[in-house]
Amino acid sequence: MGIIDFIFYVSAALVLGSATVVVTSRNPVRSALALVLTFLASASIWMLAYAEFLALILILVYVGAVMTLFLFVIMMLDIDVVTTRQRFVRYAPLVIAMGVILTGLLLLALKPDYFVFAHLQSAVDYGLSYSNTAELGKILYTEYVLAFEVAAVLLLVAIIAAVSLAHRKPRDCKTQQPVAQMMVDPKQRIRLVKPERK
Amino acid sequence: MIMGLLEELPAFAWILIKIVAILIPLLLGVAYLTFAERKVIGYIQGRIGPNRVGFRGMLQPFADIIKLVFKEIIIPVRSNRYLFFVAPIFTLTPALIAWAAIPFAPNLILANINAGVLYVFAMSSIAVYGILIAGWASNSKYAMFGALRSAAQTISYEISMGFALVGVLIAAGSMNFQDIILAQQGSLLNWFFIPLLPLFMVFWISGIAETNRAPFDLAEGESEIVAGFHVEYSGVSFALFFLAEYASMILISFLLAILFLGGWLSPFEGIPGLDEWFAWVPGLAWMLLKVSFFLFAYLWLRATFPRYRYDQLMRLGWKVLIPTTIVWIPVVAVLVKLNVGPWFS
Repeated sequence: MGIIDFIFYVSAALVLGSATVVVTSRNPVRSALALVLTFLASASIWMLAYAEFLALILILVYVGAVMTLFLFVIMMLDIDVVTTRQRFVRYAPLVIAMGVILTGLLLLALKPDYFVFAHLQSAVDYGLSYSNTAELGKILYTEYVLAFEVAAVLLLVAIIAAVSLAHRKPRDCKTQQPVAQMMVDPKQRIRLVKPERK
Repeated sequence: MIMGLLEELPAFAWILIKIVAILIPLLLGVAYLTFAERKVIGYIQGRIGPNRVGFRGMLQPFADIIKLVFKEIIIPVRSNRYLFFVAPIFTLTPALIAWAAIPFAPNLILANINAGVLYVFAMSSIAVYGILIAGWASNSKYAMFGALRSAAQTISYEISMGFALVGVLIAAGSMNFQDIILAQQGSLLNWFFIPLLPLFMVFWISGIAETNRAPFDLAEGESEIVAGFHVEYSGVSFALFFLAEYASMILISFLLAILFLGGWLSPFEGIPGLDEWFAWVPGLAWMLLKVSFFLFAYLWLRATFPRYRYDQLMRLGWKVLIPTTIVWIPVVAVLVKLNVGPWFS
């Protein structure tokens, strides 16, 4: 067992452990931070599978952007820990049922023998000159270009929807007009008066 | 398992030595950057600056460090004690691990990875957690407001910074730092700051905003929120925040030099006569010279400009810098596609 295996087992243990903390932690901020750790550990596992682009994008997008906004919202909310704990117990049967259904669907879709060890292949190392990013780009813009474009349009629609939901018209809120501020003539604001001598 | 690990121990030790060889000069650089800051701003403001400790104040940074180390660490009442201690580590670690992919000279690089640019950018995007956690765990209004301001600012300016990077990637056709530097080979006119001038300016401004430095240092606006997210920190834990801030300043300066000013390339390249004259200068010297310029600019800007107002800051990021990059990326793409010389021919 080399260093690679060692890193794999450490990160795998981290993924499982921190994912458990996400669900069980009483403090929502701690849950969010545990989720960040889960993402970081899974990124290092992907890195071991030579998927450096995906691993770094996972950190960049999920850790750097999505989870920061999550933390932002959670920190501003005043969450009552006792009631969330009661809800945790109340919703437990529902959550377990959902877990069973999801696992069942996965097993139906993929068939149990998909998970047999003999079918799994280890990642292939193509050497240093091989660029994971370039290969991903090639396949994304040729074979999967339609799916890619559809996803892009969907994201655009989501952005427009978010902007139109959050946007308030200027008459509803007081905004500053930077252009008007810059165009101000000092003469309009200050009147210099020479006081008469007595 | 132990045997397997032991076999790889020499390689591991060699990497550790390299890491120390990067970190010690970096920490010394941080120490003297704080000294340079006080001196430069002092002279700009018509003062002399620190000149008592050592020759002309040269030992001042060490005096500061010793003072900080021996100060008492105060833990605020009802703070989240564990996160309060973890936050400075969360800030410092990303600022240091990003250095793994930075090239210092033609063969001087710890990890010459293909996705180097993406790696550095991903690591610097984690740094915001330290600030957020510090502000939240301190159980203090000022720290909380400082953290929220700082996080919002960092996220906003990361977008324009990322777009500016996209322009560089299109121009260089690679995410490897050494390839980006080699793509600027030829002469001073081949450096990317000419075809990518708007992106260069955007990256520079966003870099200053990203490190929360003046004139974008609203996160620690003294007159409004005392000192921002680290107001409750003292002693060593405060020193770690300080260290992280200056380390990321140096990192941004390195990135600017690599991406737009040709990294370790000589500015006299391609000029007959001068090129041979300066052939003995190592690439590291050119790199450090360019980095020093950007670091000086950091201090210069701090001494020159008044602080932005928060809405002005957001306006600049979202309505000026991001549209600029969105316009210039297609322009760069067209320049590359048409092989416009001397940069892309």
